[in-house]
Amino acid sequence: MKVLLARIAHARSGDKADRADIGLFAYDAPSYAVIKREVTAERVAAHFAWLAEGPVERYPLDNILALKFVLNRALQGGAARSLRSDNLGKTIGAALLRMQIDIDPVEAAGLPRLRAQAR
Amino acid sequence: MKTVRIGAGLGFYGDSWLPVRASIERGGVQYIGSDHLAELTLAILQKDRARNPGAGFTRDLVPMLSALWPLAQPRGVKFVLNAGGLDPLAARAALASAFAANGWTARIAAVTGDDVIGRIDELHAAGEPLAHLDTGADIAAVRSRLVFANAYLGAKPIADALAQGADIVLTGRVADAALFLGPLVHEFGWAWDDWGRLAQGLTVGHLLECSGQGSGGNFGAADAWAQIPDLGHIGYPIAEVSEDGSAVITKAPGTGGRVDFDTVRQQLLYEVHDPHRYVSPDVVLDMGTLTLADLGGDRVAVKGAGGRPRPERLKILAGYEDGWMGSSVVGFCWPDAFRKAQAAVALVRQSLQEQRVPIDEMLVEYLGLDAFLGPHADVSQREDLNEVWVRVAVRTQDKRHADGLGRHFPWLALSGPPYMSGFHGVTPGSQLLGVWPALVARELVETRVDVSLLEVA
Repeated sequence: MKVLLARIAHARSGDKADRADIGLFAYDAPSYAVIKREVTAERVAAHFAWLAEGPVERYPLDNILALKFVLNRALQGGAARSLRSDNLGKTIGAALLRMQIDIDPVEAAGLPRLRAQAR
Repeated sequence: MKTVRIGAGLGFYGDSWLPVRASIERGGVQYIGSDHLAELTLAILQKDRARNPGAGFTRDLVPMLSALWPLAQPRGVKFVLNAGGLDPLAARAALASAFAANGWTARIAAVTGDDVIGRIDELHAAGEPLAHLDTGADIAAVRSRLVFANAYLGAKPIADALAQGADIVLTGRVADAALFLGPLVHEFGWAWDDWGRLAQGLTVGHLLECSGQGSGGNFGAADAWAQIPDLGHIGYPIAEVSEDGSAVITKAPGTGGRVDFDTVRQQLLYEVHDPHRYVSPDVVLDMGTLTLADLGGDRVAVKGAGGRPRPERLKILAGYEDGWMGSSVVGFCWPDAFRKAQAAVALVRQSLQEQRVPIDEMLVEYLGLDAFLGPHADVSQREDLNEVWVRVAVRTQDKRHADGLGRHFPWLALSGPPYMSGFHGVTPGSQLLGVWPALVARELVETRVDVSLLEVA
């Protein structure tokens, strides 16, 4: 089944020179296992192909159930030379949460957040 | 065991200092660290200084401390602020003058030596090419257009200033987290090669350097953001730090916001590149071994940060002039709001072409539709919107054309598609700036760092 990433994770994004960065945080350990498997650097690069000209790096942090993504050459050279309204990349985290991921229904039934939302 | 309580000040130039009152009055803080300098803030200060040679520091410094010093001084609360910007000595003179006019006393330190824009030839001669850190490009390409160039200093000059007895420390560019690490090293006497403790101190600083983002502000979560209480009276984060470097992040009692596992970890990774190698001038932090334990009651324990030796070279960030942006926004109402906005953009584009306005690039954004989410926006209602706003932004090398972009819009009101409104006027163009990160041998900078103390009596 398709699940919107926003249902099992939250995110904050920011900028550093011409890089945008996103912290993606699973609400719980079972959801972390899902995002760590599904939200790969390749998938994120494809998701942001319209924005990032450079490669996407991914750093998993099992200790805080989080994935860190760095989008290279994503800010038109940097916030102060970008023409975009969101020159600082503040909304890029929200754009990541729009990703749809595929989860086996049995596994989905074991995710606390989805169970809570279904009630 | 001795603990030190340190609180967050501002998170950027323009942030609110009202929440700092609660940290001082009810939060038991001994120090406030305040970050006024985003990457490009020095460019704003450079423009201010070009107009007025005494204005190279952030203008919020004097009103902020005028409001807070009467609360802080009787409680012994000290401040560390990078509000000195391009000119910590001018900042100190302005602050001292305001304090003296009020009959207040303070020992105010200024840290200088981060500004290297006048030393580029000298650094080249010392064997530093200052090539672009990411692309390797030669700085000669932007040399004539540089507007600032500053090294990120570490916590040592701040600790030195406090050891000299400073109540208020004004710096220019320092690593943001050093504003907090400096007081911790001063209080605990940590060795400058005690990488584990320095890494914990750096973590504390990183969690506090963005004011309310460390206590539930800008909490990026669907639905859950609305559960954060009383953002109107948010308490900025406070750290209770122990001698071994372990810390509890909390906030003043009776304030809004929230300190929990979720809000703290969002800030932990904010604007970090490789979390296993978060480089500061004082230590390289590894977040991979760190634990965040939610103790309840707006308290989160932080420990276990990994530390590795500090880098051999310091980072310099320079900014250079890189053209101009002109932009305009106008709204269209139903019916056919989106199609009319598109038609208006086509007319503006035609007008620019026929008048041979030299532009390098044009960006069109439909505000409220997909300006932020791009292809991930739901545009299924696009043909039947109630209203839509279109923003046109152009890049040009000529300031006059950036200033003039807005003049291609007003005629549309009477001669363009119907039900256009909300034109916000012809706004001046804004200068665009490129950033130039580079590395430099630390001794070339550190030998020029000076800490001086001024007593306002």
